Amino acid sequence: MVTLLRGGRLVDPAVDLDRVADLLIRDGVIAEVGEGLEAPAGVLIVECAEKVVLPGLVDAHTHLREPGREDEETVESGTRAAAHGGFTAVCAMPNTDPICDTGSKVRFLVERASERGIVRVHPIGSLTSGQRGEVIAEIGDMIAEGAVGFSDDGRGVQDAGMMRRVMDYAKAFGTTVISHCEDEALVGSGVVNEGAVSTRLGMAGWPAAAEEIQVARDIRLAELTGCRLHLAHLSTAGSVAHVRDAKARGVGITAEVTPHHLFLDEDALLSYDTNLKMNPPLRTAEDRAALLEGLVDGTIDCIATDHAPHAPHEKEMEFELAPFGTTGIETALSLVVTELVGTGTFEWSDVARVMAHGPRRSLGLEAVTLAEGSVADITVVDPEARVEVVPGWFESRSRNSAFLGRKLLGKASEVLVGGAFAVRNGKVVD
Amino acid sequence: MTVLSCKNIISMEDLTPDDIVAILDTAESFKEVNERRIKKLPTLRGRTIINLFLEPSTRTRTSFEIAAKRLSADAINMAGSASATVKGESLRDTAKTLSAMACDLIVVRHKYAGAPQVLAESMDACVVNGGDGMHQHPTQALLDLFTMRRHVGDLAGKTVGIVGDIAHSRVAGSLVPALRMVGAHPIVIGPPTLMPARPDVLGADVAYTLDEVIEELDIVYTLRIQMERAEGMPFPSLREYARFYGMNEARLNRMKPEGIVMHPGPMNRGVEVSSAVADSERSVVLDQVNAGVAVRMAIMYLLLGGEAHGDAA
Repeated sequence: MVTLLRGGRLVDPAVDLDRVADLLIRDGVIAEVGEGLEAPAGVLIVECAEKVVLPGLVDAHTHLREPGREDEETVESGTRAAAHGGFTAVCAMPNTDPICDTGSKVRFLVERASERGIVRVHPIGSLTSGQRGEVIAEIGDMIAEGAVGFSDDGRGVQDAGMMRRVMDYAKAFGTTVISHCEDEALVGSGVVNEGAVSTRLGMAGWPAAAEEIQVARDIRLAELTGCRLHLAHLSTAGSVAHVRDAKARGVGITAEVTPHHLFLDEDALLSYDTNLKMNPPLRTAEDRAALLEGLVDGTIDCIATDHAPHAPHEKEMEFELAPFGTTGIETALSLVVTELVGTGTFEWSDVARVMAHGPRRSLGLEAVTLAEGSVADITVVDPEARVEVVPGWFESRSRNSAFLGRKLLGKASEVLVGGAFAVRNGKVVD
Repeated sequence: MTVLSCKNIISMEDLTPDDIVAILDTAESFKEVNERRIKKLPTLRGRTIINLFLEPSTRTRTSFEIAAKRLSADAINMAGSASATVKGESLRDTAKTLSAMACDLIVVRHKYAGAPQVLAESMDACVVNGGDGMHQHPTQALLDLFTMRRHVGDLAGKTVGIVGDIAHSRVAGSLVPALRMVGAHPIVIGPPTLMPARPDVLGADVAYTLDEVIEELDIVYTLRIQMERAEGMPFPSLREYARFYGMNEARLNRMKPEGIVMHPGPMNRGVEVSSAVADSERSVVLDQVNAGVAVRMAIMYLLLGGEAHGDAA
């Protein structure tokens, strides 16, 4: 199949590209980039005038819920949601039921994704067996089956000695350890950021220090072991400062931030809306400003959604009992376009940096660019498309979005995975 | 008669200072009724009040029940376990179920913060928070204001020390803003391990020892210390707590001469309050209990727009 994306603004800082041009895709690969390309016979032409063509976006942090909670999300619905949100690939977190902690469970996900997935699925394996923090999981076996990184996401590894051991071991495979930073002894029963809002709402607080202590610890362990470290969902100004210092020292780490920590803060919480209950919790306006600053100056490498679908009957429980998490994979790009590009905070090249190249570099995935010869994973954004975040709009099986009711500008009109359309004219391809 | 500005009383912030005055003044007339031999008024005849207590409580539930019955409302007690996971029903379903029973007012006591607010958002009946988690307990704050006003007069400019487990106390959560609304000066007193992260946002000053502020206090309000805690004791021993934060005769003599001592009950004698202080005439603990019925009658009466106010006078 041959496809011509005609007249779009091609933006890819990795190959120093920002101009209006055509892009020809043949056999899943970018065959030619240039102005006024001739359309060969039988080519499918996609008019991209006024649109922005980016290297395909990757979500480094997705919960697909399969196996175990197919009522909340499946590989099929989760990858449809990802495509709807403009992503060409997701990295699936291992805290499913059962937990993805062996090669055979990774293989299940890889096979499921090839049958039902409409974007690429990169499995993340569990760091420790059963995510219990006691025994190293079969990391080598999982890598052999396709795992791209390892995490006990949902929990921090509590014991520093265990974290050191697993990082030492993972280093041999050249893989990435992804750290969910949460000191459980400090968090206790905390459900919201410790501070003004926890005081006002009368709920136990989850202090910033409980994240920052493990961020600092894991940076030190990365230095000690030489293992590549990626820090998941940073939420505090102190964490950003730790990462900035470490990078200045030349430590090989990367870090991510979620859209909800960038675009919401704890002041939104006064309604006891359980869609705003997440882990780590929404922090202060100052934390939010520091996260944005870190994203702009490159301290934070990527935006990752931490897309966490939950069943409505569980989210409708009392705030203190409801599960942590918000969906986010379908709103992330629109939020970035509206809140960052629309305000002049971001150039389009920054979008490619933090949503396409940053995630791939963080997890050691193969690079994708808009240059000839690259695999044709491409996201075409219509910056003027209007999005109203209402329950019926989602492709995800779950609707627990922290951004319900928002009106946003900008959406993926085309998503190509290996040259094949996952989204065409803004609609997911069936 | 005065009607309140709100339909629900979930937190003190739902009330205006005028609402507070209306409730306290109305409670004064109901207090007289409570001193009569025949204590029953026909005011809320035919109205239905449900006491939904999803956390164990005897004193507060009984107080609400007596209040409803003295106003001739049909009062029904519903008890249960707090959590939807145990009860198998979401808050929204509970709200719909109660709405379907066409009741007029629901009093909710719940183990978790925010539950009364969520219930109120999905039902037409008036909702009164009978205490939610570590959040608020507004009727307790109102009965405390009533008791304070009777004993020390106008509360504007008076200094009230609230002593003990501020962090976990819904009583403090309501009393601090309530005191601010009537112009009093609240100081929360306790070890930092029992303080919320930001007591300033509630509107309180903070002291870490009782002795540094005792001379300034018109009222000492002691909070109950919970003896058992999952997360470990926040202070070394009850003995040490009593030594630094207990209200004893020596401290009673150092506070303002007409100052009073309060406690929401039940008291741990020898911990928060010594027996001598608890039994002294400057302890108004039983007046608080007495006020509870009158204040809750006033709240029900004003929320349900009861008629024939003259009956109460």
